[in-house]
Amino acid sequence: MAPYAGIVTRNLVRRYDDRAVLDGVDLEIAAGEFVALLGRSGSGKSTLLRALAGLDPEVDGSGELVVPENVSVVFQDSRLLPWATVLDNVVLGLRGAEEKGRQSLAEVGLAGREKAWPNELSGGEQQRVALARSLVREPELLLADEPFGALDALTRLKMHALLRTLCEVHRPAVLLVTHDVDEAVALADRILVLEDGRLIAEEVVDEPAAVRARLLDALGVSV
Amino acid sequence: MTVTTLPGLRPVTRTAPVVRRRRLGPGRPIKFGAAIGPVVLLAVWSIGSATGWIDPRVLSAPWTVVTTAGELISDGRLQSNLWTSSQRALVGLGLGIVLGVVLALISGLSRLGEAILDGPIQIKRAIPSLALLPLLILWLGIGESMKVVTILLGVFVPIYIHTHNGLRTIDSRYVELAQTVGLSQREFIRRVVLPGALPGFLLGLRFAVTGAWLSLVVVEQINATSGIGYMMELARTYGQTDIIIVGLVLYGILGLLSDGVVRLIQRRALTWRRTLAS
Ligand SMILES: Nc1ncnc2c1ncn2[C@@H]1O[C@H](COP(=O)(O)OP(=O)(O)O)[C@@H](O)[C@H]1O
Ligand SMILES: [Mg+2]
Repeated sequence: MAPYAGIVTRNLVRRYDDRAVLDGVDLEIAAGEFVALLGRSGSGKSTLLRALAGLDPEVDGSGELVVPENVSVVFQDSRLLPWATVLDNVVLGLRGAEEKGRQSLAEVGLAGREKAWPNELSGGEQQRVALARSLVREPELLLADEPFGALDALTRLKMHALLRTLCEVHRPAVLLVTHDVDEAVALADRILVLEDGRLIAEEVVDEPAAVRARLLDALGVSV
Repeated sequence: MTVTTLPGLRPVTRTAPVVRRRRLGPGRPIKFGAAIGPVVLLAVWSIGSATGWIDPRVLSAPWTVVTTAGELISDGRLQSNLWTSSQRALVGLGLGIVLGVVLALISGLSRLGEAILDGPIQIKRAIPSLALLPLLILWLGIGESMKVVTILLGVFVPIYIHTHNGLRTIDSRYVELAQTVGLSQREFIRRVVLPGALPGFLLGLRFAVTGAWLSLVVVEQINATSGIGYMMELARTYGQTDIIIVGLVLYGILGLLSDGVVRLIQRRALTWRRTLAS
């Protein structure tokens, strides 16, 4: 296969206890493309994301999977090590990356907080540190599993703007898992809907209002 | 009735009478409350001794205890016995900490180590280390090594248990994180496992220090020729309750001091736990 900095999956299947949680997922994401994945709770979004992140070696399954070498993950919880300073969290596992770490923190608006403990930051700030930790690795693919799910509405809107800016600068391919239709429409170039382990709808975000209505329909929400 | 008016809003009227709720807590803290009990105790002791109600053969008067302490200090007996006791406790504590940590690391970081070590240590845990004294005396005699080993045995178990527990209960979310950022095994242990186990170790340390003093008190009453315990044993044979009380006060001070030191270490090592709230 030709070098390809995005994702390709073919007939991806993942099973828990003989139940197919992913039931033949065909997915392509181009380099630099921002894709949102919508779906009801339990539809298999996290399972798909964990498969793409290579976090499920012990899970039964089959199918083809091509992902770039350099993948970063943002979790719903910021998952910062509480005993490491903000800067040490950002450069965790990197050597001699202090300066890049500082720049990355400045990019998410946390210059000057390098020495703080994660516990001293608000939820939104912690999630910004997690973003800095992901971006300092210059990923070709950014996987985010409901990264703003635990934030209040105002902070979430600010984080949307920040994420969009950062993605325009760094241009990773993005797969953003969310259950929030408005978040998906606001951020993504393309939106996929997962249900019972299958992709059942795809929308390119051209006319937000119409896309939003169709997505709500696909999700079984009548408006 | 309460009326609140905000600009641009209709006044909000609450017609229900304001109910004063009964406080459920124990109430406001009393100033210097912690000192009241000891002061009362001291007063009863003083009055009892002064009126002759407390027989000095049963319990010496407080002032006798103070003068005796002064004499013990001026002839150097107190210092030398204190030094011997502290040395025993510190050597036993130090060796016990090293042993406990090494065993916890072996069994916390390798499944084979755990299979071999954890069972025997859990069995040892069920046997109070002081119950091993007869065996230790047969093996090691009644000299210093028996005393230090007894203390060590009381110390290493809590260190092992809590450090091992800390190593084994690392949050699986951090394991996942380590995988996604590509930490090597060594970095994972250094960055995640060891710092994560530190609070457990420090908790074990507090139990260990208490245990060390307890063992010290017991071993010093077995055929010792120096130490605070020896000083008290000797005083018992002469019926000198004043010296016995000086010994008790010394043990108390040592216990409080060492607990304070451990808590200070805890605060220093776990600064990251202090949050916005505290
Ligand atoms: N480790 C697991 N073991 C067993 N079942 C699981 C496991 N993880 C997820 N599942 C099941 O797979 C289904 C999809 O889960 P998930 O991918 O987490 O959904 P989503 O993220 O869309 O809410 C759920 O029914 C869930 O119960
Ligand atoms: Mg999920």
